[in-house]
Amino acid sequence: MRRTVGALLRKELLVELRTLESVPGMSLFAVTTFVVFHFALNQNTVSGDEAAGILWVTLLFAAMLGVNRLFVADQDQGGFDAFLLAPVDRTAMLLAKAIALLAYLAVLELIAVPAFGLLLLAPPLSQTMPDLLVVLVLADIGIAAIGTLVAALAVQTRARDLLGPLLALPLLVPVVIGAARASSPLLVLTHSSGPQGRWLATLALYDLVFGLIAYAVFDFLLED
Amino acid sequence: MIELEGLVRRYGEREALSDVSLSLQAGQTLVVFGPNGAGKTTLLRVLATLLRPHDGEVTVLDRRLPDEAWAVRGRVGLLGHESLLYRELTARENLRFHARLHDLDLQRVDELLAAVALTDRADEPLKSLSRGMVQRAAVARATLHDPELLLLDEPFSNLDPAAVELVAPLIGAESKRTRVISSHDPSGGLAQADLVLGLRDGRVALLRAATDVGPEEIVELYR
Amino acid sequence: MSSRTSPPEERSENPATPPQGSPNRAPRGFRTNTKYGRGLRPLSIATIAALPLALALVFFYAPIEAEEGFLQKIFYLHVPLAIVTLCGFVIGGLLAIVHLRTRDRQWDLRSYVAIHMSLIFGVATLITGSIWARGSWGHWWVWSEPTLVSFLIVMLLYATYQPLRFAIEDPERQARYASVFAIVAGAFVPLNFLAVRLSTEYLHPRVLGSSSNLPAPMAFTFLVSLVAMSLLFATLCSYELMAKRTRMLLKARSRTLGFR
Repeated sequence: MRRTVGALLRKELLVELRTLESVPGMSLFAVTTFVVFHFALNQNTVSGDEAAGILWVTLLFAAMLGVNRLFVADQDQGGFDAFLLAPVDRTAMLLAKAIALLAYLAVLELIAVPAFGLLLLAPPLSQTMPDLLVVLVLADIGIAAIGTLVAALAVQTRARDLLGPLLALPLLVPVVIGAARASSPLLVLTHSSGPQGRWLATLALYDLVFGLIAYAVFDFLLED
Repeated sequence: MIELEGLVRRYGEREALSDVSLSLQAGQTLVVFGPNGAGKTTLLRVLATLLRPHDGEVTVLDRRLPDEAWAVRGRVGLLGHESLLYRELTARENLRFHARLHDLDLQRVDELLAAVALTDRADEPLKSLSRGMVQRAAVARATLHDPELLLLDEPFSNLDPAAVELVAPLIGAESKRTRVISSHDPSGGLAQADLVLGLRDGRVALLRAATDVGPEEIVELYR
Repeated sequence: MSSRTSPPEERSENPATPPQGSPNRAPRGFRTNTKYGRGLRPLSIATIAALPLALALVFFYAPIEAEEGFLQKIFYLHVPLAIVTLCGFVIGGLLAIVHLRTRDRQWDLRSYVAIHMSLIFGVATLITGSIWARGSWGHWWVWSEPTLVSFLIVMLLYATYQPLRFAIEDPERQARYASVFAIVAGAFVPLNFLAVRLSTEYLHPRVLGSSSNLPAPMAFTFLVSLVAMSLLFATLCSYELMAKRTRMLLKARSRTLGFR
């Protein structure tokens, strides 16, 4: 299993490096969205709830771009068949794709979060980074699990670009709730407290439940 | 090697394969003829374990499908219309990926690249290679894991005569593997066959030893 | 269920003659020995009895609530609708699990009907909830009511169920993918409620949060309403299931008889 996931992941990252289909687009989208928010809100800086909201909505929508493209190359170039013919555990594809998506999200955030700090955020980012990192990681795992599952569902349907986000966004509302509520106290000027435990617990519970469910049902999406 | 009894595969309400029965021994070659849409590709995909049979009994390599499909994968090689290779990656990278999937020694990749004469173009992205070269890479992919059963969907369609000669040891009669080939070429196909199957609308229209069949009967299928 | 196309003795040794096919063979996905509409009559009778009883109780038996007045009685409609809808979605998920395990498309049909019906009941829930909110708090929509908000999210999710199904042409794959969705969405329902509840402060004063503190006549009326609503849901689902199966049987028969 580990070998298969490794092989798939290697191929996945290699293709992404060659084509650069997902990550640059996602990152650019995020930065542009911050600029749009500046004009839409008519504010120079934001903090607290507002800041958390803008950050997470933007990250979420940027993630949708990545989700949309996750299985497209395989679908269009017959990659599923090759994998299905191999004597391997099919859930390896879920793991490999989810890890890849996680990697794309990490790069996205590496670019988008500093950009956010630069463009819109009132308080400086540096003091909150360790806590914010925890929130980012927990939320990313949830987005990766659901994103991969939804991407696999949507890619074989007719309206795949539309259906992906439509399915994923309601499913990710608990992640938005958890992530935004957890980050909000981190993004205020008088930074005193860390994120509340209950929101981190919500995120962790979500990751666990949907991670397990995705693991259980993924096989059924691949077979014929 | 292959035993089919009353195989049915549906697509919606239509039966893409209807009541197909045949028996193929190890080492033999079955050639399948029929107009487009007759079910040739569907049959190959069922044998490859990519499609589950909806009804009937299917035994491939002494294993019942779909229950024991896992035991058949890795022993079957499929060469279809699509190369199943990533255009952005090189031939070498593609084959290495497949080698890792099948847990093979990476040296095998170099061996097969040489066998299909792609060694000097092995490190260019596939999208910059000609159709014939991509087909040769696909042949390499299909035979990389040394399968016992070869399923070939019009395998020679994109190859020039030199290339055909080149891949013959791998997928031709000399390979001594059990083969199921779908073909549109009556005389050429017949020459390779031990058993001939003619499909029309998913049904068996003709099933006989190759020595009992003449090319005109094959052409009749297409009327 | 292995289906022999012809008795073993008739199968010829010579591969030249293909065996005869059986034209009336039912698709493997559907067992044809189920008795359709078996419990329909008692179910319908029970529903027809329960509904007027519940209504009578609501209007004549349950006391008028002190704070909210007559409008509060919509609670007996809104909350049972909500509960039945959510249970329907979760049941849809459970039926989908059975479908994936048995590969019997009957279960997918049941799952589809359960979810479909829940969607309709869900719309009714949102409408009655909105009317209630307008009457009680003056707004057509309130964010501080966690149940209403969770409901909206769940409905937005399930609204994609039918577009998803219709975007897949192959019926077998459609059933499989729909089942995967139903399972994920079914698990989502409770988790979503938990998350939203955590994040909102209650505006909810009385009855919904504290249905355990209901005075006896109200509690009894509520229970009867809940039972009546559940019966209504079950009956409507049974009718829809029977109608669908009948239509499929008709199609199958007409096909074998040669009509198009």
